[in-house]
Amino acid sequence: MSDNTLNNLPDGFKGMSHDMGSDQTAFKGVQWGKTMMWIFLLSDTFIFSCFLISYMKGRASTVVDWPNTSEVFSLHVGDVPVPLLLIAIMTFVLITSSGTMALAVKYGYERNRKMCAWLILATAIGGLTFVGMQAFEWSKLIHEGVRPWENPFGAKQFGSFFFMITGFHGTHVSIGVIFLFIFARKTFRGDFDTGKRGFFTTMKSDYVAIEILGLYWHFVDLVWVFIFAFFYLW
Amino acid sequence: MDETQNKQQASTHKIGIYLWIWGLLFVLSFFSYMVDWIGFQGLLRWSLILIFMFLKAGLIMAFFMHLFWERYALVNVLLWPMTAIACFIALMAAEAQYTVFTRAFYFFVGG
Repeated sequence: MSDNTLNNLPDGFKGMSHDMGSDQTAFKGVQWGKTMMWIFLLSDTFIFSCFLISYMKGRASTVVDWPNTSEVFSLHVGDVPVPLLLIAIMTFVLITSSGTMALAVKYGYERNRKMCAWLILATAIGGLTFVGMQAFEWSKLIHEGVRPWENPFGAKQFGSFFFMITGFHGTHVSIGVIFLFIFARKTFRGDFDTGKRGFFTTMKSDYVAIEILGLYWHFVDLVWVFIFAFFYLW
Repeated sequence: MDETQNKQQASTHKIGIYLWIWGLLFVLSFFSYMVDWIGFQGLLRWSLILIFMFLKAGLIMAFFMHLFWERYALVNVLLWPMTAIACFIALMAAEAQYTVFTRAFYFFVGG
């Protein structure tokens, strides 16, 4: 930028607000809501990273053996214990719901209202199934005596990391499910076709909202990929 | 950039690519489950887990979250902060080594 152009701009604090609000777009072609969702997801990435890193630190620095997750999370089919069975099913359910969400975004942009709404509903039901199975897993472990401060399988830290990490992830899934149901209703009603104004905002509804919701949902799936690898498989 | 322009830019992708990625995610999840099922141990187990994990995460971010089609301004803003996480992991790994060393030292040798 030449000195001449800079000299014509206001200075000081007025200049700062002028520069920041000068209608320049850093992320070309990205709707602002989508940028904000990405920035939120970035901050969420840091939160989950802190949990997983503290888990790494806790697990690596204990002198007591870590519980064998393969056995702790096994389910009995008949008499045979199948390792990580429930976790594997949960993983597949979450990936399935991620796939239906990706298709919902696609059909949304193609203005295929019915298809989009049904796929969002399918995603919500997938998420609900996941939360249900997680509740089952929690109650099973609590019955077996796993607590944040002790457990019968090994290192005491196991319980606190388990409840904290899967609990925080489960909360994200639950919030996502609530929003998915709300958006399924809005889509069925045709809000995104008519541009009906939302409850919390005066802005017109647009199918880009479904992509933003999709970003959140895929992120929840993404976090599970890391939890599955580090907490359950490692 | 007004909203009508955004609508035109939001081109949709062929359904095939989503189904492919979906299928790949299933296969990769199956593989990572197999790592535990077969019972690989040690370095082989950890490297396989990490490979499948990063492949899955990459596919989700690139195609399901559309980063592959986004402009570099956004992609870089999102990915560079991850290096801070990598630094943090390295720091805490070193810290953990030190903690377990001091614990073992004072347990066996005494204070």
